[in-house]
Amino acid sequence: MKRFLAGVLLLGISSAPVPAQDAKKEIQKYQQMIAEGSPVELFELEGEALWKKPQGPKNASLEKCDLGQGPGVLKGAYARLPRYFKDADRVMDLETRLLHCMTTLQGRSREEATKRVFGNESQPSEMEYLSAYVAAQSRGAKLAAGTAHPKEKEAYELGRALFFHRAGGWDMSCASCHGEEDKRIRMQDLPVLYKREFARPIMATWPAYRVSNSQFKTMQWRINDCYRQMRYPEPNFASDTTIALTTFLTVTAAGEPYRGPGTKR
Amino acid sequence: MKRVLLSFVLLLPLGVAAQVTSTDVQKIMQRDFQTRGQATMDRVVQDGVQRVCTESNDRPPAELAKQMEADQLKTIAFPEGSLIGDWKRGEGIAQSGRGLQWTDPAGAAGGGSCYNCHQLSPQEGSHGTLGPSLLRFGATRGTGPEMQRYVYGKIYNAKAYNLCSQMPRLGYSGTLTPEQIKDLVGLLLDPASPVNK
Repeated sequence: MKRFLAGVLLLGISSAPVPAQDAKKEIQKYQQMIAEGSPVELFELEGEALWKKPQGPKNASLEKCDLGQGPGVLKGAYARLPRYFKDADRVMDLETRLLHCMTTLQGRSREEATKRVFGNESQPSEMEYLSAYVAAQSRGAKLAAGTAHPKEKEAYELGRALFFHRAGGWDMSCASCHGEEDKRIRMQDLPVLYKREFARPIMATWPAYRVSNSQFKTMQWRINDCYRQMRYPEPNFASDTTIALTTFLTVTAAGEPYRGPGTKR
Repeated sequence: MKRVLLSFVLLLPLGVAAQVTSTDVQKIMQRDFQTRGQATMDRVVQDGVQRVCTESNDRPPAELAKQMEADQLKTIAFPEGSLIGDWKRGEGIAQSGRGLQWTDPAGAAGGGSCYNCHQLSPQEGSHGTLGPSLLRFGATRGTGPEMQRYVYGKIYNAKAYNLCSQMPRLGYSGTLTPEQIKDLVGLLLDPASPVNK
């Protein structure tokens, strides 16, 4: 299946030179095709099993994990993240909150629970399965990250500053690629993510299955991999930096009905 | 009175939060990032160019920009003689997106990532548009010593010509060797290069 799709992709964009308009149409066709054959549901099912599986020193499941709407309430919870959590005195995104529940409810050490936050093609990570399951329970809910608490405002402002901050081996900020309309890297269109109309469809479809590497990916991974390509050192998982960026992007996308987990090229 | 004080206290952090300076961001990055492979922590410490461009939103005052561009120009050591290298090797370097990432082996040859942003050879349909098209670059602009110097310098350190350019300083950052940059000059200027056909 993967090989077949890859073949379509190659046909679509590499039998150069293809007029840009035709290439765009081919890519749209391809995107529709991959959405129809997406394995997202399998990740959701595996995530549900993990959610309910007793684990850790306390031999507890995550079923009482409070994602902001009360213990165990999943419906619409993802769409309201990131938000401030009083018990941790911190703004948290989905993965950070899941990690919090793993250490508190299941009694696992942070070190053990973060050993493998990003999976690979042969073995997805627990975080990826769980993100798929939890995010899916927000389908149809409007994105509404927290904006009322001072720490939520702080995270938004930090995220905005980070978005335009130039550093790293190649002098890049997020805006170097996501700052101007109608630009692309190779054949990939670049959304101008500080603008509402671009942030909305993107944030409404993460986390997502990525066909190009046959893996389910979280927002924490997305930001991590951007910084890798920007030639920065590695941002820590669940750090204020990564949460602030997700806060900035999700607040910018506020109001968009969630329709993920998505399927990306 | 109490209510007034309370709202003042609540307002204060907002005022502060609204002005996250690049110094603040840098401190947070120094706490939130870690060295991995060749991607070391010194990279989150902004140099003057990065700082000025961040703080001016890529629109630095003209006088300052001129002065800093002159300083950047001094970082370029122009090799003697013709700067036109092998365009065939240049094409491979333009295609490669490797170099400087924590997933790239340290010391291995990097690439220029040129096609990520620019159109070059017409045979390569998969090119980005963040930078201008460079199709027929040499054919339309000439290939003399001055043009060779400009292209070499621009690839080595783009900030010497436009301080807040989004183009990486590919030689200055250690991504490409002088030899590789000459090959890219060849790709752009050599009349035999597909870029100029």
